[in-house]
Amino acid sequence: MPSDVYIIGVGSTRFSPSTPELSFKELMFEAAVKAYNDAGIDARRDLDAIVSASEDYWEGISIFDEYIPDQLGGVLKPVFTVSGDGLWGVIHAYMLIKTGAFNIVAVEAHSKASDIVDINSIWRMAFDPYVIRPLIDNPHVLAGLEMNIFMENLDVDRDAISLVVSKNRANALNNPIAPYGSDVDPDMVSESRVVSYPLRELDISSYSDGAVVAVLAGETAARDLGIDAPKVKGVGWVSGSSYIEEWDYASPEFVWRAAQMAYSQAGIDDPYDSIDVAFIDDRYSFRELQSIYALGLNDGYSLNELMYNGVIYPDGDLPVNPFGGYLGCGYPLLAGGLLKLYNAMMYLRSAGPDTVESALVMARMEYPSPSAAVVILGW
Amino acid sequence: MKLPGTPYKDVDLKEGRIPYVEDKPDAKYRFSAGIAMSRFLEELKNGRIMGLKCLNCGRIYVPPRTFCSYCFKPTSEWVQVKDTGIVNTAVVSYIAADRGRMDKPLVVAVIELDGASPGMGILHKLGNVDPEDVKNGKIFGKRVRAVWRPEEERTGSITDILYFEPMEGD
Repeated sequence: MPSDVYIIGVGSTRFSPSTPELSFKELMFEAAVKAYNDAGIDARRDLDAIVSASEDYWEGISIFDEYIPDQLGGVLKPVFTVSGDGLWGVIHAYMLIKTGAFNIVAVEAHSKASDIVDINSIWRMAFDPYVIRPLIDNPHVLAGLEMNIFMENLDVDRDAISLVVSKNRANALNNPIAPYGSDVDPDMVSESRVVSYPLRELDISSYSDGAVVAVLAGETAARDLGIDAPKVKGVGWVSGSSYIEEWDYASPEFVWRAAQMAYSQAGIDDPYDSIDVAFIDDRYSFRELQSIYALGLNDGYSLNELMYNGVIYPDGDLPVNPFGGYLGCGYPLLAGGLLKLYNAMMYLRSAGPDTVESALVMARMEYPSPSAAVVILGW
Repeated sequence: MKLPGTPYKDVDLKEGRIPYVEDKPDAKYRFSAGIAMSRFLEELKNGRIMGLKCLNCGRIYVPPRTFCSYCFKPTSEWVQVKDTGIVNTAVVSYIAADRGRMDKPLVVAVIELDGASPGMGILHKLGNVDPEDVKNGKIFGKRVRAVWRPEEERTGSITDILYFEPMEGD
């Protein structure tokens, strides 16, 4: 019987719009030291493997996985890179431990978005070179396409979407690692400059730099360390078609399927009833409501009612992104999923097992990838 | 042997008989040097090569890093190492960046600097070296010294050292 897998430690730098004072290696080292200290492990003695999440274009260094080991304590250890968001890295680490061949595995992801001189030039390279690149050169066009039909098909108000921004920016005020905490009036969002209608400037999460490390362990290792840690109850990840012309822009099926995989493993039949708090995609404001719908977390509520009735506010029935999400912490490229996992761990620890049984963490691989990952944590 | 299929030549691509779409990346970065590399690069302007020492295991890292790769402790003591050392390994490269063949080959070496821990050193060019000495192995273990760019021309780059050359009498 494969071992249960626990998150025995997490560490994060403070997130920031720019970090000119540190190299990417120094940023990663800071997060790693914090995570290993949190887990109570000696990296050189105890770590069996390290998974890092990165893509060469974001780093500006080809074959970036070769630059991982030193600053994470991984020299002469098994190390590999997942070319995607850090939450996929968590799932890979989870599977390594499930094999029984690894006891303690660290996962790392970081963002040095501020080192990229023109970030749209990188997004552009993600688009299909034959029929998309000659037409559009930034991802916000796709976000506008999604948002417009999402609002139409699911009857979502502009006001409800603006409230997501107000909520998450306010939630970030209580998060010491979040740089974008603020008191943003919903009207400021609705009246901010149009980027690609109906998407407006304040609907878009700003970029941030930072690094996060999580330490996963099997049952024996967690017990030996004497750590009472949340366990990974279920994981799921799914990719849709890469043909962006074929997407269901209103309701992403890949999110739904990733969630079903995780719910099935966690033995969850009624997600709204079982999930106590959710840390989900809000790269764009509307995505939070869109994701709730795709994750089956809206129960009997309309998406507008989730906002107007306060259901997903910190003191509501289902707090969503209570520490600010990407709108409040910034969008840290491939560190996004791990940042959400870090926030989930902070929430689980402060609430305790008697209050919060299960937390859902979800991330999307950003445009043009139609991919989602879901991890369910709990006691 | 006659292979199956339709042969094509470069000219077919150039004249559009084989469809393709041309594009090139416009990726630009400004890499933050950070704590360790900032001082290393700045000190090169002064003709100094700086390393960082791990106070746990005593290793002196050049180029410097703020962490010890082997005991995972922070490195905290700056140490100036000498601009002399021995050649660990070297190569004679005839291949240019555009994959063309260079008439005059480039000799590149890993140099273990005096004052750094054994095995720690920098990669740089060798000058005033007979490529034959690289091919026959005479270069290994040879003592070399940095040849610096004139002070007023230094910019805080690894190229402030022009190359390393064999020391007289060695």
